[in-house]
Amino acid sequence: MLTTKNLECIRGEHRLFSNISFSVNPGELMFVGGPNGSGKTSLLRLLCGLSLPDSGEICWNGTDIRELCGDYRNVMTYLGHLGGIKDDLTAIENLRISSALAGCGIDEDQAADALGQMGLAGREMLPAKVLSQGQRRRVALARLLVTQTKLWILDEPLTALDIAAVDLIKGILEHNLSTGGMVIMTTHQEIAMTAATVHHLTLS
Amino acid sequence: MIWWIIKRDLLLAMRRRSDMLTTLFFFIIVVSLFPLGVGPEANMLRMMASGVVWVAALLASMLSLGRMFSSDYADGTLEQMLLSPVSLSALVMGKTISHWLVTGIPLVLMAPILGIQYDLSVEALVVLTLSLLLGTPVLSLIGAIGAALTLGLRGGGVLVSILVLPLYIPVLIFGTGAVEASTAGMGFGAHFSILGAVLLVSIVFSPWATAASLRISMG
Repeated sequence: MLTTKNLECIRGEHRLFSNISFSVNPGELMFVGGPNGSGKTSLLRLLCGLSLPDSGEICWNGTDIRELCGDYRNVMTYLGHLGGIKDDLTAIENLRISSALAGCGIDEDQAADALGQMGLAGREMLPAKVLSQGQRRRVALARLLVTQTKLWILDEPLTALDIAAVDLIKGILEHNLSTGGMVIMTTHQEIAMTAATVHHLTLS
Repeated sequence: MIWWIIKRDLLLAMRRRSDMLTTLFFFIIVVSLFPLGVGPEANMLRMMASGVVWVAALLASMLSLGRMFSSDYADGTLEQMLLSPVSLSALVMGKTISHWLVTGIPLVLMAPILGIQYDLSVEALVVLTLSLLLGTPVLSLIGAIGAALTLGLRGGGVLVSILVLPLYIPVLIFGTGAVEASTAGMGFGAHFSILGAVLLVSIVFSPWATAASLRISMG
């Protein structure tokens, strides 16, 4: 369970948000919304521990994530809008390396299988630089198919994806939620998803 | 895990050879221009050889520091590294090793060939190469700290030089000192011991300091 208490984030002289408190339990989904520049990405970066809140605390099962360090990173997957895709590596190499970095190494067959499910069959050996924006996004999202983690923090996972891919991602997220996972995501195109509870957090 | 990072960085270096060759050509050009500019006075060339090779190696290694983390930073891989359950220091160590393999080793291999232009004896060439073999990993290790601290800053290149050059100076002094001692017929063991000590200290402290700097730069 992820709980936050009175989170505050200040960038320069500007207070992005303050007094953000929520909790996300297993099987629950949270949409983070708000206009551009309202601090959605900053909030997600706080939640995954990339940056520190100016005040407030973030707890995983009651313990501050700063104390958990590696244990927290073992149960959490963060996909930023940059995606971490290397132009010079092939789709399969990209997926295998990012999975290995996340602590669950996979072999070539598993990677090819995951990319196939993402609709990239036959394009596994192409360098990422020749893939389209949406295909690169699919390579990045293929990590969700192989990861063992429960808490997914996704920053704009649906940008550049076509309708079929959005459905595919919806299926993957619902599968994670139905097996006791948690999803926190930002998006501008709200999709209807079945989850135990769907929270909406709107930053202004 | 370190192995994964090294393999990936070597693969990327192979796919983008121009970056690697820039460093090597810079080194070759600087070292080859000196004898042409100074003139064919053999004694003078012998005296300045180690200094020129070492300064060129120093500048060449600095030339490649900017790229050490910047591409990982730009495409979001660095975020994933920071969030990896594997210790960041270990990942950083992997990156430093591959940086040395890509930029340091070619310099070490070219040094004896370039040294011939300076009329160095065989023994001096061997000592020069060994001193570079011990010294260039230190350049990568110390450089990594500077590269991590200046990540994402405008004008980071200049700042890196100011940050790491003072730390490079001991390596320069003892690296050239070893070659000079051997040409003068004295023992060079002490110089090598100090270079080795500097290498060990930087192996222990650099990954930790680099990891801390990356966390500050990304926070």
